[in-house]
Amino acid sequence: MTLVSDINKPFVGELLGRSDFAIIGDIVAPNSKVLDLGCGEGELLQWLAENKGVDARGVEISPIKVRRAIGRGVSAYQGDIDEGLADYPNGAFDYVILSQTLQESRHPLTVLREMLRVGRRAIVAFPNFGHWRVRLSMLLSGRAPLTKLFPYEWYDSPNIHFLTVSDFELLAAREGMHIERRYFLAGSRRVSSLPNLMAETAVFLVG
Amino acid sequence: MIVETQSARFESIALESGAALSPVEAAYETYGNLNAARSNAILVTHAFTGDAHAAGISAEGGKPGWWDNMIGPGKAFDTDKFFIVCSNVLGGCQGTTGPASTDPATGRPYGMSFPVITIRDMVKLQKMLIDRLGIERLLAVAGGSMGGMQALEWAVTYPNFVRACIPIATTARHSAQQIAFNEVGRQAIMADPDWCNGDYYDKKPPARGLGIARMVGHITYMSDESMREKFGRRLREKDKVGFDFSVDFEVESYLRYRGSQFVNRFDANAYLYITKAEDYFDLTNGSGSLTAAFADLSTRFLIISFSSDWLYPSYQSQEIVRVLRRRNHDVAYCDLPSNYGHDAFLVDVAEQTDLVRGFLASTARATHA
Repeated sequence: MTLVSDINKPFVGELLGRSDFAIIGDIVAPNSKVLDLGCGEGELLQWLAENKGVDARGVEISPIKVRRAIGRGVSAYQGDIDEGLADYPNGAFDYVILSQTLQESRHPLTVLREMLRVGRRAIVAFPNFGHWRVRLSMLLSGRAPLTKLFPYEWYDSPNIHFLTVSDFELLAAREGMHIERRYFLAGSRRVSSLPNLMAETAVFLVG
Repeated sequence: MIVETQSARFESIALESGAALSPVEAAYETYGNLNAARSNAILVTHAFTGDAHAAGISAEGGKPGWWDNMIGPGKAFDTDKFFIVCSNVLGGCQGTTGPASTDPATGRPYGMSFPVITIRDMVKLQKMLIDRLGIERLLAVAGGSMGGMQALEWAVTYPNFVRACIPIATTARHSAQQIAFNEVGRQAIMADPDWCNGDYYDKKPPARGLGIARMVGHITYMSDESMREKFGRRLREKDKVGFDFSVDFEVESYLRYRGSQFVNRFDANAYLYITKAEDYFDLTNGSGSLTAAFADLSTRFLIISFSSDWLYPSYQSQEIVRVLRRRNHDVAYCDLPSNYGHDAFLVDVAEQTDLVRGFLASTARATHA
């Protein structure tokens, strides 16, 4: 099943109402083993299990969301991703997914390293803090940016580590993490040039 | 759903201690229908003082089963889909062979000559029953508290026989505190002059000792918060304290009532034997390493604990979860927020229903795939 279809098409589809899910759904190979960090109510994992025969596991910190995820038949457990991966053996998964959570993590670098220890590949999706709207908001208001992508006041934002597309690329290079594929999105439209300025969301497949 | 307890008789069973029992009988009930492929059987294992009557209304007595809110048509363990079996544990006193049963060698009740049994022995008898029912593989084994210990023992002892395991509010080994509370209960029984070294079956049973043991038990099943909510410092049928040792507080009255009721349905010697089996329970076999116990499994797990359970605290469930993860086994885990303490596994039905239903559905799907 191909969701992103043609690589040259300007728009990607949506999966469960989200374009980054469509890309992730496309990347994940059938019958693989997947761990989703911050799996929420397990919608993506349930989709992967039912449509791609994936062995789907999830970690989620909220007990209510864990309950709903297990209710969907997803093997989720309640835990903190900043601490939760230590128990897994090396190479336990084909993919470890971190979707829209890296910027909320307390120790993002540790999480990334752990993802690549327990998984053969990592799929990381995050909002790009380098997007021109964010830059403009900060430049014009002189305050912590408020945009569609970052809608929170500074004092109640779950985001504690802001990163841009360039930041991630630099870190990956420094850490010797090999970026196999990269996808840049503005809404559901693909961004083909100047991703650090134009992309709202980035999805990286790291090996 | 009117149900009747049935009984299966076996020639003998060799026990972990080296002793043997023969013959041995297992009381059990079933709900729903075994499908043609015999792939939809679920064994439900009961807690300490439970029995084979897990669901429906008993033909004699008209009582609902102890997990009737979880087992039935459309419920968590859906009898429209699954074939549910529940049997009284070995060493019990509700139909399965135990210390109150007649010793064929003497024609009198076993009493303290009954061999000490273990959780593994209980599970062994259940396996004999499941074999007798023509079931080649269980879709799941599920139980809370001591029922959870049996579920875990099943997964470890018969790893290829159990597709899924649902241990609830339980532990992989009894802790010092858990042994301590059981020992208080045993000592209360044995200190009762009516206990007569367990040889009381043609006399007055040790009702006071057993009643006190049950009072202690009930305290450990509740939480500080649930006791405060249920009783507070309310007085029992009086406006002020009596300055004597009659019942002053509601909580005293409740515990005394529970203690006295328990005596009518439970055998004091069975209390001794079953608590001993719990205390001996250690999946690590004394090695201290759970990792070895869970080495070769294809079983998936749904583990549930309750935030206010201080008798089987959440950390004990989390220890199992961590070991299973280390082994990369398929495990779902939820620590349900609850005020009910250990009792939550019998009370918080809605939450558990969500979890169990989803987990069983995906297990059944994977099994048929």
